[in-house]
Amino acid sequence: MSTHAAANSTQPSAPAQYQPARSQLLWLVAAVVIAVGLPYVSNDYWVSIGTRAAIYWVLISGLNLVVGFAGQLAIGYVALLTIGAYTTSVLTAGKIFDPISVWLALPVAAVMGAIFGVIVGLPALRLRTFYFAMTTLGFATIVTQIALAWQSVTGGGIGIPGPEMPAPFDDNLGFYYLCLALAAACTWLTANIARSRFGSGLVAVRDAEVAAEACGISKSSLLIPVFILAGALAAFSGGLFAGLQTYVTPDAFTFELSLLFFISILIGGRGSIYGPMIGTIILVILPEIAAPLAAWSTFLYAFLLLVIVLAMPGGIAVLLDFNNRRPLAKHRTIAPQTAMLADLNPHNRSHNSSLELTGIVLTFGSVRAIDGVTLSVKPGKIHGLIGPNGSGKTTTLNVISGYYSPNQGTMTFGQTALPAGRPHLRASRGIARTFQTPRIVGEISVLENVMIGGATKGKASFLEALLAMPKEKVERNALKQRALALLAVVGLGSLAHVRTDRLQHSELRFIEIARALMIAPDFLMLDEPAAGLSGDEINKLGVLIQAISACGTGVLLVEHHVDLIFAICDDVTVLNLGKILAAGTPDEIRAHKEVVNAYLGG
Amino acid sequence: MFASILAAGLAAGAIYALVGITYNTMYSTSRVMSFTAGQLGMLGGVFGSYFILKLGLPIIVGFLATLVCCAIIGFITEIVAVRPVLKSLDQHLYVLSTLALALMIQQVTAIEWGTEPRPFPKLVGWGEGVWDEKFWIPVVACALTIIGLEFLYRRTLVGRAFVAVAEDNFAAQALGLPERGLRVASYMLAAVVGGIAGFSGGELLLAFFANGALLNFYGFVPVALGGLGNNRGAVIGGLILGLFQQAANFLVGGIFASVAVFTLFIVVLLAAPQGLFGSAVARRV
Repeated sequence: MSTHAAANSTQPSAPAQYQPARSQLLWLVAAVVIAVGLPYVSNDYWVSIGTRAAIYWVLISGLNLVVGFAGQLAIGYVALLTIGAYTTSVLTAGKIFDPISVWLALPVAAVMGAIFGVIVGLPALRLRTFYFAMTTLGFATIVTQIALAWQSVTGGGIGIPGPEMPAPFDDNLGFYYLCLALAAACTWLTANIARSRFGSGLVAVRDAEVAAEACGISKSSLLIPVFILAGALAAFSGGLFAGLQTYVTPDAFTFELSLLFFISILIGGRGSIYGPMIGTIILVILPEIAAPLAAWSTFLYAFLLLVIVLAMPGGIAVLLDFNNRRPLAKHRTIAPQTAMLADLNPHNRSHNSSLELTGIVLTFGSVRAIDGVTLSVKPGKIHGLIGPNGSGKTTTLNVISGYYSPNQGTMTFGQTALPAGRPHLRASRGIARTFQTPRIVGEISVLENVMIGGATKGKASFLEALLAMPKEKVERNALKQRALALLAVVGLGSLAHVRTDRLQHSELRFIEIARALMIAPDFLMLDEPAAGLSGDEINKLGVLIQAISACGTGVLLVEHHVDLIFAICDDVTVLNLGKILAAGTPDEIRAHKEVVNAYLGG
Repeated sequence: MFASILAAGLAAGAIYALVGITYNTMYSTSRVMSFTAGQLGMLGGVFGSYFILKLGLPIIVGFLATLVCCAIIGFITEIVAVRPVLKSLDQHLYVLSTLALALMIQQVTAIEWGTEPRPFPKLVGWGEGVWDEKFWIPVVACALTIIGLEFLYRRTLVGRAFVAVAEDNFAAQALGLPERGLRVASYMLAAVVGGIAGFSGGELLLAFFANGALLNFYGFVPVALGGLGNNRGAVIGGLILGLFQQAANFLVGGIFASVAVFTLFIVVLLAAPQGLFGSAVARRV
């Protein structure tokens, strides 16, 4: 970012010097040239190492979506490699049925991998991280035990012959180019997912799960297809891996391999495709260079893992992210351009959608956090919700958002009831919100963060995203244009391509508002949006909120800055200890004796 | 056959329960589940065999030396793999740092001790058949450990301080309790419990480097069954697991026994994520 940034901040679009695509293309061309040229500049030994790297990458590219994007610590993926290797070998050797061709056996292996990938992944949908790590580890142990014990099929410790590849892939060179082509295909497929709304959804679930739910992203419907894909690729890679061996034995599938897969991704960096690819190449070559240390390779991998975790959690991808090393302008101002909002949020209030809460009661143990709250927010109105700390303001928002199920009372939005406790169904009803502490994904760009808000607008399926079908691209472009326009509206247009964790606190609050506006909400909840803002920024925020409500959106505003509340609200409700202390127009509230005593002060 | 299932099941179950308590003891003061728990169980067997069979030390001296060595490993775990990542607990980096340390322990053992299982000495010499000492020693060790821990937690000042830190870390610090020191102590205590698990189960599991990974998983199942941080749950869960595993072993054979255990684990996790004896925790938004 240049020093012109402050001046640029009124421009709706990003400065032209951001061209992440060009440098990536350069890397890609270099990688292809090296990979294709390898056999001409080296010997068979290095070609076989290249083959191994390509086969591992088929697995790691899929695992990268699970570990690097979804943040699920799947440490036992060698089990799926094992399943794929044995499935392919057993089928081509005809141990159970008549022998079948490798071209048929590999897809069958992929299907097996997909099935087991989901089974092992199930705990990740509901449980803490450690449980999932443990499940994959336990699964890896058991698969090896079965491979050893099920002698009639797997040949036990002696093993079974690996599948023979048909010509022209039966020699080293042919097999190398086959694996290389498959590795390239996997790179393309997984990069498509990473770029699509599925990729950003995974990252959102990883780093800001609560906000992702509010944006309508359902964790399980995202993770299941990813587990299917990663499992299928892992087992497919296992089939190729078996082709590399004359004999497939349980010894070939050590836990060390699992570590190699996992650490490649961590070295490479989370949320990147090229980083883990470089990591894979480094880890495959490393033992070749350090041959005397072969017996210690697990120790080295483990040591490397510890060093990465403690010293460089960002991995190679952060080192290569040159764009985000340029300093940002020091004195940036946020300059909302509210005039553009009307075009983006057209008046379309045919369904008169007002939010009604009636007699809501929520208890935590014996504490009545909300005790009979009734309030109504009409379209196009700004409703203030104020009260001392602990009076139940944010808790009320959380009940409306579906994070808490009330013990009593009803919620309706428009004509129909709002189901309690279903947070990811709110966005599709036209309900959006921001959070008391901004819940933003730090590792992706501002633009991508805002686009997450439009998750429910995405209709392209996982398969369409995987194959980069036009439908997905069109959809994505539309989301991108809208997100850019909304960033200009909230006054952050010049920062669209900056990594979000470099921004200052007040800017994060405006990003959250832009994200909430992605669905053109009928009802918007703002949880202390002015906290931490300067006086000037609070004034701009007030203008922005008024512009939003002028488009017909009902706004429920929780705030401690009573000046802002009294300046822009149409109605105000005051809470104290979970109960409504007073409700009325700002003037009525200002004159209300108990409110003055309990909250405003004389 | 019934008596053999009971004897082998209770013995294995007691070992799993002790590893489960190792997990819980580390978790209580740090909110960290550490992969070193199973390795400590493995080391209990390896150190025991090393001190008593290889160096020829008397049994009681060998036992104490084993526990001291394990306590040192617990101390190192806290310093190297836990303390640096406590600040960012929500990123789950501890899963990786403790895994890395556990693998380093396992690899060093494999190289220095060898990859073949080695014998563990006879400790007492009483009983035979289903009353063989390899079956009853783990059960007795488990019972004594629980009694010891209960005494520590209920009757001693240090033990109460542990409970206070486990209950509410910040409040305990505000009261002036040395939270960091207590955490280190709890890691050493957990390591001692893990060492007891391995030492008492040494005749059953032998001194074998690969026991670490096995105990990591089989010791975690009781924690998942009994609820995180719940020692009583871990004991009940461990005994259930041991009996279930041995029954499956006798009835359907080795491979399917491990499949059965894994299936049980997944089903319980999905049906009761907070464990059979744990209580659901309210979600924080």
